Amino acid sequence: MIAWTIYLTFGGALLCLFLPRAFSRWLALFTAAAGCAISSVAFLQTANVGPFQTIVRTPWVPALGMEYHLAVDGVSLTMVLVTGITALSAVLFSWDVEKRPNEFFFWLLLVVAGSYGVFLSADLFLFFVFYELVIVPKFFLILIWGSTNKEYGAMKLTLYSFFGGALVFIGILAAYVAGGSLDLQQLARFQFTPQLQSWAFPILFLGFAVLAGIWPLHTWAPTGHVAAPTAGSMLLAGIVMKLGGYGALRVALNLFPQGFQMWRDWIAIIAVIGIIYAAAVALRQRDLKFVIGYSSVSHMGFVLLGQASANALGLGGAVLQMFSHGVIGALLFAIAGRMIYPRTHTRDLEELAGMNLNHLMPFAAFAFVLASAASMGIPGFSGFAAEITILLGAWKAYPAAVWLTGLGMVLVAAFTLRALRKAFFGDSLHLDQTSGHERSTIDGRITVPEKLGAALLIFTTLAAGIYPKFLFDRIMPAVEAMRFLR
Amino acid sequence: MNYLELLKLAAPEAIVVISALAVLTIGLTSDRACRLASAVALLGLAISAGAVLVLPQNVTLFGGMLSLTPLASLFKIVCLALAFFTILLARTDSFTRDHAEYLAMLLLATIGLMLLVGSEELLMIFIGLELTGLSLYVLTGFARQEGRSAEAGLKYFLFGSTASAFTLFGLSLVYGMTGTTGLAAIGAKLGATPVQPLLYAGLVMTLIGFAFKIAAAPFHLWAPDAYQGAPIPSAAFIASASKVASFVVLGKLLLVGFAPIHGSADWHAAAGGWVAIIAAIAVLSIVIGNLVALVQKNLRRLLAYSAVAHAGYTLLGLAAGGREGFSATLFYTTIYAFTLVGAFGIVALVSRETGGDDLQNFAGLRARSPLLAGCMAIFLLSLAGLPPLAGFFGKFYLFSAAMRAGENHGLLWLVALALFGSLISLYYYLVVLKIVFMEADTGSLPRLQFDLTQRVTLSFLAGAILLLGILPQTLVGRILAALP
Repeated sequence: MIAWTIYLTFGGALLCLFLPRAFSRWLALFTAAAGCAISSVAFLQTANVGPFQTIVRTPWVPALGMEYHLAVDGVSLTMVLVTGITALSAVLFSWDVEKRPNEFFFWLLLVVAGSYGVFLSADLFLFFVFYELVIVPKFFLILIWGSTNKEYGAMKLTLYSFFGGALVFIGILAAYVAGGSLDLQQLARFQFTPQLQSWAFPILFLGFAVLAGIWPLHTWAPTGHVAAPTAGSMLLAGIVMKLGGYGALRVALNLFPQGFQMWRDWIAIIAVIGIIYAAAVALRQRDLKFVIGYSSVSHMGFVLLGQASANALGLGGAVLQMFSHGVIGALLFAIAGRMIYPRTHTRDLEELAGMNLNHLMPFAAFAFVLASAASMGIPGFSGFAAEITILLGAWKAYPAAVWLTGLGMVLVAAFTLRALRKAFFGDSLHLDQTSGHERSTIDGRITVPEKLGAALLIFTTLAAGIYPKFLFDRIMPAVEAMRFLR
Repeated sequence: MNYLELLKLAAPEAIVVISALAVLTIGLTSDRACRLASAVALLGLAISAGAVLVLPQNVTLFGGMLSLTPLASLFKIVCLALAFFTILLARTDSFTRDHAEYLAMLLLATIGLMLLVGSEELLMIFIGLELTGLSLYVLTGFARQEGRSAEAGLKYFLFGSTASAFTLFGLSLVYGMTGTTGLAAIGAKLGATPVQPLLYAGLVMTLIGFAFKIAAAPFHLWAPDAYQGAPIPSAAFIASASKVASFVVLGKLLLVGFAPIHGSADWHAAAGGWVAIIAAIAVLSIVIGNLVALVQKNLRRLLAYSAVAHAGYTLLGLAAGGREGFSATLFYTTIYAFTLVGAFGIVALVSRETGGDDLQNFAGLRARSPLLAGCMAIFLLSLAGLPPLAGFFGKFYLFSAAMRAGENHGLLWLVALALFGSLISLYYYLVVLKIVFMEADTGSLPRLQFDLTQRVTLSFLAGAILLLGILPQTLVGRILAALP
């Protein structure tokens, strides 16, 4: 049943393109809601699946051994769930798109459909098709509906993604040629020579890590996030970066465990640098979206650190972090891009500080406080559960990294609080200088779709934070079933 | 073998000859018979394709001069289809008043291509090359009112005749060393006797002629001018059908005729032979084609340089060799040909309406015609190699064949280079799409007008590229079945 998320979303995308524009946003909403509902039901129904289980399998290109092969385990279920939730809220937050809405929702749903496909693929070629399919829609979303420096941002993001894709391509070919198959489970059982693993693993991993925002190849992320329209940033931060993290786990680590052992120290080092560096950069940004963009890079550093720890705890935490950041990142971008910017026409923190948005937009302020708390890793939100698990896992492997990461977490708290204070709780001195006219033009009323979208995301992060066992029950068996841990 | 039997086996070619003569007659009798002439030409091509399907597919005559194999049949149909689409898209072009003569030349070129793919013998291959080449030179210079077209025609002719001379000399050396002109016999002979250095001279000279035909660097210099200056249907035909047939013949020549002296291009075990030469040409083509395409301001020139790069990718399959490599090459070049016919079809429509084919002429195309913009996106993204389009599968197939070929991933360096080339190419294709899809600054332009045939043809080509990307088995299966 969960395979229908892919078909429905592709179908919805095509219908959006060809039906009159009046239907498009309702159609997109219906499609996203259906995807979200299917993924939730599938998530609830399947408890404790264990290893990757095939759901669909038919020959595709028999001449080359390609199959249309979908499978699920707890990790892919979790990722499909976060995709469904983020996609639904992204559609809600783009309710006001007036410009070429059918094309907009076409590209948007294409990203979502491709992501569902990536998370469910069990055939390497199929996986790669879906993985690359996501690249082009991002380009058009940013190019046509974006803002600040959009042409540059769109091109940079696309070329970086394609570069990562090219590295992945080489790694996949190496596995395909040496292993003689494209079936992920079969390849995971194949013994690749250590010599092959030693060069194929870093290429494959780096290719995925580019999309996950690994330092120093992360620069596409902030630029792209800032340039993208709100829904675009939500999908980028919420789903697309996770494709990289998921691919690294599902493909790179599973296929080349020995290569992974050879290189994991480097991954840990780079992950820690990424966490601290991105947090430090975020501290100095004036543009609210840039702050959030760098925070995404910092948070994705945790995912890489969790993977580098190479134990069930760290890997499970990494998956939970992908879920958690998918929701939190989307929420932050939604507030900055959809609630604040269209009403104030600025994202500059200094200017926002003079507007006293706390009083003008109480709902936005409320949501942003919750999102910030979640982002900082306050207990009770999903970010805390995820990051603490990652650190526990990392403690076993790299105690020094945990200490350094602790410093990074302080920085995360610092820039989040700074952004929160400047954006919503500007000091009253500034307030007097702002002309009354300027303030009165701000319409602080938040529309219903925005409230629904925000509520959905806040509910998810709270639910996952208060009762993470619900997710862990599915994630952990899947992670423990992965061969390279044994 | 009596003549009637021979005529029956050569029926597809004969039908195209007859339709070419008929088209010429129509052109003589009336000045305004453009539509009728096109209809006759299209009908002739369709009947010829039918004849190819009906004929037996396992006959070899005169030591391979005329060989009816599944491979030859498949690619005769591909060439006929490409000519068919070229004529469909060319119907309303107004670069010449002698439309019938133009069509007749196009049909003659098609016959040359059919002879090329349907022959496994050096003399016949050369005749096919010449027949195609001479027709294409005329087609390139056909827009007599335009200086650019004449210049392109002359350039193409000069380069082409020099290359032909090389090929002929090379073939004569090969004949001299082996004493036979049949490809299979040459292969057997080379395998049995020690190879002499003079044979390598013959090999290199032959390859030069083919590198010219497929516009591979450093023999590509005619391509940008020909693509830009020629009437658009001619450019489309040169870029598509002529290239497909050349790749089929080149593959047969190398993999059958020269199989014993293949050498190797593996980074740890390079050895002299045609694989090394092919790999060198591929590298040059990918690097030069992609880098020069980056700075082009004219779409036809851009497509020309990207064609050089694509010739480079396609050669990877031949460098890989074997059944799989050849099949990957054939798949890729077929897909590429159909993509380019479509792309040139769009260029033709846009340049007719806006009076030029510089990148700026495409500004705001989405608002003027969503269909054209959508088809353009499909064609260019397929060229860039993005899923779910056929170009993506083609590249995957090519690169996996190359990766598999050498001992211990010997061709990895070539694959990595080709992927890097694709990254560069993605940039310039996206620049074009950016211009197409962004709002034009020049205010609202009228919608583009074009008739139903062109609409259907373009949609069909775009749909085919999409479908072959999703279900590549339909073509891969056929090609593999056709290869021995």
